[in-house]
Amino acid sequence: MSGQNRDLLLDVRHLQVYFPIRRGLMKKVVGHVHAVEDVSFTVRRKEVFALVGESGCGKSTTGSAILRLIEPTGGQVFFNGENLSALSEEQLRLKRRDMQFIFQNPYASLNPRMNVWQLLSEPLRVHFDLSQEELRARVGEMLTLIGMTPDQLERYPHQFSGGQKQRISIARALITHPSFVVADEPVSALDVSIQAQILNLMMELQQEMELSLVFISHDLNVVRHLSNRVGVMYLGSLMETGNTEDVYRHPVHPYTQALLSAVPSHDPLHKSKHIILEGDVPNPADPPSGCPFHTRCARCTARCREERPELREIAPDHFAACHQV
Amino acid sequence: MKNLLEIRNLKITTLRGRETVHLLNQVDLDIRKKCSFGIVGESGCGKSITANAVLGLLPYPLRVSEGSIRYESKNDEMDLLSLDAKALRAVRGREISMIFQEPMTSLDPIFTVEMQMFEALSFHHPEMSRSAMRERALEMLHRVNIPRPEQTLASYPHQLSGGQLQRIMIAIALINDPRLLLADEPTTALDVTIQAQILRLMNDLKEQNDTSIVMITHDLGVIAETCEEVAVFYAGQIVEQADVAAIFHETAHPYTHGLLQAVTSLGGAERKLYTIPGIVPPGGQWSRGCRFADRCSRCMEKCKEMMPALTEVSPGHRCRCFLHSEEAES
Repeated sequence: MSGQNRDLLLDVRHLQVYFPIRRGLMKKVVGHVHAVEDVSFTVRRKEVFALVGESGCGKSTTGSAILRLIEPTGGQVFFNGENLSALSEEQLRLKRRDMQFIFQNPYASLNPRMNVWQLLSEPLRVHFDLSQEELRARVGEMLTLIGMTPDQLERYPHQFSGGQKQRISIARALITHPSFVVADEPVSALDVSIQAQILNLMMELQQEMELSLVFISHDLNVVRHLSNRVGVMYLGSLMETGNTEDVYRHPVHPYTQALLSAVPSHDPLHKSKHIILEGDVPNPADPPSGCPFHTRCARCTARCREERPELREIAPDHFAACHQV
Repeated sequence: MKNLLEIRNLKITTLRGRETVHLLNQVDLDIRKKCSFGIVGESGCGKSITANAVLGLLPYPLRVSEGSIRYESKNDEMDLLSLDAKALRAVRGREISMIFQEPMTSLDPIFTVEMQMFEALSFHHPEMSRSAMRERALEMLHRVNIPRPEQTLASYPHQLSGGQLQRIMIAIALINDPRLLLADEPTTALDVTIQAQILRLMNDLKEQNDTSIVMITHDLGVIAETCEEVAVFYAGQIVEQADVAAIFHETAHPYTHGLLQAVTSLGGAERKLYTIPGIVPPGGQWSRGCRFADRCSRCMEKCKEMMPALTEVSPGHRCRCFLHSEEAES
């Protein structure tokens, strides 16, 4: 096995998720929402790969489909070289201790009737056969890592602030020591001053536990800070992927360029020059022909309207799906 | 009156059981004519209730317990707090308009866009004919860059996207040429590319109509892009107020400094992000000293004992902190 392959943890190939649209008394399928359309990318060990894009672009669906929380319509996901799509439910359940999910909204993702002890020990009970002492040790160790104290074990979710709740959800995801975690907008429900605390915690834990992370976010500043590599999504497709700094400094896809330019600058004396995109994102139930972005692209040509561009390597480890670059 | 809107010593309280809880204390604000004024702060700091109080939209049991809100209309000067319901209705949507945070929930789902735009017009101009209203509605939709205005007028809200709905909200808010627009987190629910469209649109409209805008947001980027003057709210008080360049480049208050650090360190080389320790104190549960004291890295003994006054540190730049002035709140 070559060095590069040993580094590879996750390999997503041509992932596709369609949701049926049903109408009428017989619930006949009248069409499909093309949520994820042919998405391929890889995640290496100990790497943070960010999926970034605007609402409805399919980034969360991609995250869920990787772990088969939503069943993909097509494509394969290889985890440690093993095809997850071919596993039975029971085999998949055994794998889950090694791949976890952190949800966006800690107000909704924690069971309000379970206290912290129950919330944190439940994943261990499901996946391991541990004695009461071992359980206590593991929960105690996790509690220290997230900066909470044992006297908070008896408390229920409503007794915590949003930031603390998100700490608990992170602990719940990491307590089985997974090697891979999908985090879906883990800080977007929190206030600015609390966001930074949670992001620091996630970066520390990622280093310490040698995690590979797929980080899903619409916040371009957060993504730049946190990730090693990034994939920019639009209307269910990857538009550009590559090393995060490369993509942010030299975006080549017209959509990436517009997206990055739209981020407000934090200096009133040096306002950023925005590329303003006209119009709205097309309906994913009726996606445009050719390049998904052609309806809003300033550089659109006849070829873009007809032929769908594939991701092409335009610089080492920097890919873009555009006919014009 | 020199300003369009003058808020003096505004206090807002609510009831928790039988207890009266203070949510907003001693807020003074002057909104000049043709000015875009930013109010920035985290959730629960009192920024939205300040705007709601201006239009008499505070939900029970919140109420204004003290203070005055003076507004200079085209031909009259009035205290908005002393107006009766009828007089207030004549001001809302005509003199002062408001855009709310969530366009998806602020339009009525069972009426078409046309009916909702006509309602705003006919309320203040009962004499207007249908064709004149239609013409005006189309003109407004055109100005907010709605593609296919005719088709949009006949649409129901669920048929439109968030960005389109927010542009329609803005069109309705501006349809009677108000002189003051209160925008409460107008782009928070929107994506960055749509946010850029909406902010540019609001800026253009301000230039064309001489409308003053009060922009309420938690996003310092939005403030830097759009505002001339800024007030920073923390725990129901103004902690710093200045023109936008001074807020960003001659920051005086440690809280403002922390907020700026937290966002700008995101682009920085340092991997560990700057954080303000602790959490925002919940409404009304404030210490008698400086409300930021227990999260402040430069906290002194007296900060825990006394509340600093909001004093001028340089012309037009006010700050509530003992690092800059000895003066305490009486």
